[in-house]
Amino acid sequence: MSRVQRRARPLSERTNRDREMPDVDREGWLHMYEQMAKIRTFEEHVNELYQSAKMPGLAHLYIGQEAIAVGVCEALRKDDYITSTHRGHGHCLAKGASVDRMFCELLGREPGYCRGKGGSMHIADQDTGNLGANAIVGGSAAIAAGAAFSSKRLGQGRVAVCFFGEGALGQGLVYESLNMAQLWKLPVVYVCENNLYNEYTHHSESIAGSMKARAEAFGLMTGEVNGQNVREVHETAWRLIERARRGDGPAFMLCHTYRYMGHHVGDINRGYYRSKEEELDWKTNRDPLKLLADWITENKMADAGIFQQIESSVRAEVSAAVEYALKAPFPAPDEVSQDVYA
Amino acid sequence: MPDANADGRELTYGEAIREALAEELRRDPRVFMLGEDIAEAGTTFKVLNGLVEEFGPERILDTPISEPGFTGLAVGAAMTGMRPVVDIMFGDFSGLIMDQVANQAAKIHYMSGGKLKVPMVLRTTMGAGRRSAAQHSQSLHAWYSHIPGLKVVVPATPYDAKGLMKSAIRDDNPVVILEDKMMYKTVKGPVPADDYTIPLGVADVKREGTDITLVATSSMVYVALEAAKLLDEIGVSAEVVDPRTLAPLDKQTLIDSAKKTSRAMVIDEGYEQYGVTAELASVIADGAFYYLDAPVKRIGAMNVPIPFSPALEDLTIPNPRQVFEMAKRLCGKN
Repeated sequence: MSRVQRRARPLSERTNRDREMPDVDREGWLHMYEQMAKIRTFEEHVNELYQSAKMPGLAHLYIGQEAIAVGVCEALRKDDYITSTHRGHGHCLAKGASVDRMFCELLGREPGYCRGKGGSMHIADQDTGNLGANAIVGGSAAIAAGAAFSSKRLGQGRVAVCFFGEGALGQGLVYESLNMAQLWKLPVVYVCENNLYNEYTHHSESIAGSMKARAEAFGLMTGEVNGQNVREVHETAWRLIERARRGDGPAFMLCHTYRYMGHHVGDINRGYYRSKEEELDWKTNRDPLKLLADWITENKMADAGIFQQIESSVRAEVSAAVEYALKAPFPAPDEVSQDVYA
Repeated sequence: MPDANADGRELTYGEAIREALAEELRRDPRVFMLGEDIAEAGTTFKVLNGLVEEFGPERILDTPISEPGFTGLAVGAAMTGMRPVVDIMFGDFSGLIMDQVANQAAKIHYMSGGKLKVPMVLRTTMGAGRRSAAQHSQSLHAWYSHIPGLKVVVPATPYDAKGLMKSAIRDDNPVVILEDKMMYKTVKGPVPADDYTIPLGVADVKREGTDITLVATSSMVYVALEAAKLLDEIGVSAEVVDPRTLAPLDKQTLIDSAKKTSRAMVIDEGYEQYGVTAELASVIADGAFYYLDAPVKRIGAMNVPIPFSPALEDLTIPNPRQVFEMAKRLCGKN
């Protein structure tokens, strides 16, 4: 089977309206597996680029959390909006960014999504509705509400998804945004990725009370899922997104997940804040790719061999993109003062 | 650009701002306003009275008391097809919104490689003298002017306020307009009923003179004009130049005036330390160095939190006598 045939139908062609559950067939689940594999492979290459000193600056890897970006973005239309975070590569890719232009941006090269001026923490791609990753924790909570506001005012039927980590629950802006979103019934879904750690600090040391109850207090519809299970993520996301699209108001979706790597690529020795046993447990028993592959084979939708095929083709695509990016030109010096003003 | 005096019509500063907003709300359905108590209340200064009656509560949107939240919402709305005008009641609340303005709105166009745009206007107030104490009296335009990616407007006259406001709303960048709250009702001047705009980045010579240049911003234009009258009495002819926008800054008009008069002073109501006066003085010193007969001097607000007591507050704001005395010394008239 060729790769083209295996792909799910484009998001825009799906007719999910009026259904209780998203309509995902075998091709759809395999597509989600491919997207998750692409993110993981991408991030592994980012780590290598950092360790071999080929990448300027730092990056925050999404490995372990792939099911959330993919499960949510597969429930979105191409013209729906997302806002992302410092740990944003997965969101960008899941919303449709291409790996070569992503790598170019990470390496500060001219063909990058932001002409090399944004870097890892600021990738924006208007063509796929990506309003940008944000290096201020919680910094895009109100921007996402604003995009939803535009959609509602202009009658576009678009939904905005705001991705953020549980660390952002420490920011007042998030609560101001939840309040306005509910007051004005904005089509925005807040996706909280609880990967347990606010940088190097366990959330039990920073977040009092219940995470979900915070959103419930504002009257938002809420959902809570195992963020390692892409099917669960996708079904809940789809339900909340379609509800928002119908005009029934915003939602808050709490996803329990785990960051396999450090806070950033340089965070190697993590013993002072978490154990190797804990890391191993998540990687072994709660890996999102493995969980989906097991479910697909158990349900006899495909043989195990297909996952190796997917992974090797993803690896080829990502490796080629890295090669392309490493050879791509840096921006010309006169670029430095361009685009300060529109 | 029409002659300001063409039809003899006069509006207050506040009325001119309201007229500009109403005209732009009528012209472009993407324009909307949001802020605290801007609808039925018409803002605490009553500048927006009547707008909600004409445009409805969806376009004149009352918000929760969440300055960072509704400013950020405006940033997101601006990025996705709307043209919001945000009302921040007191400029002193700038600290609350600065992440959304300086880290988000100002940088998004550049960080996205020129793809995303943030066509929003942020209106806020400046100016002391209202006996409102240290958290409701500051003039913080220097904060905004420091950040690349923002345009900063400080209109002094009703005519300028209307024309600059309309340009700001039509601009594709985040534009911050600081209105001196003391001028809303007290300053009146000619304003044509026409649909006119004043380009951002063009200074205006408010009074011509030959002996000294007084560069003044916002309400300090009137302080400078008063000082110019006093200087006239001792035979010193002062030119008063109003930059009107701090970013972009019309450096050339400032420099040309200083070259002509050979002496310059800068008067601004922001704190003097590290302030707008320092920047403008440096521009003049640099650009007109070989023409200057004296160092460029500057007067800003005193470097103290603005006190409540009238006996103290008035000491902190530059006044005509102070400007006169310094200009006199600068011109060698002792």
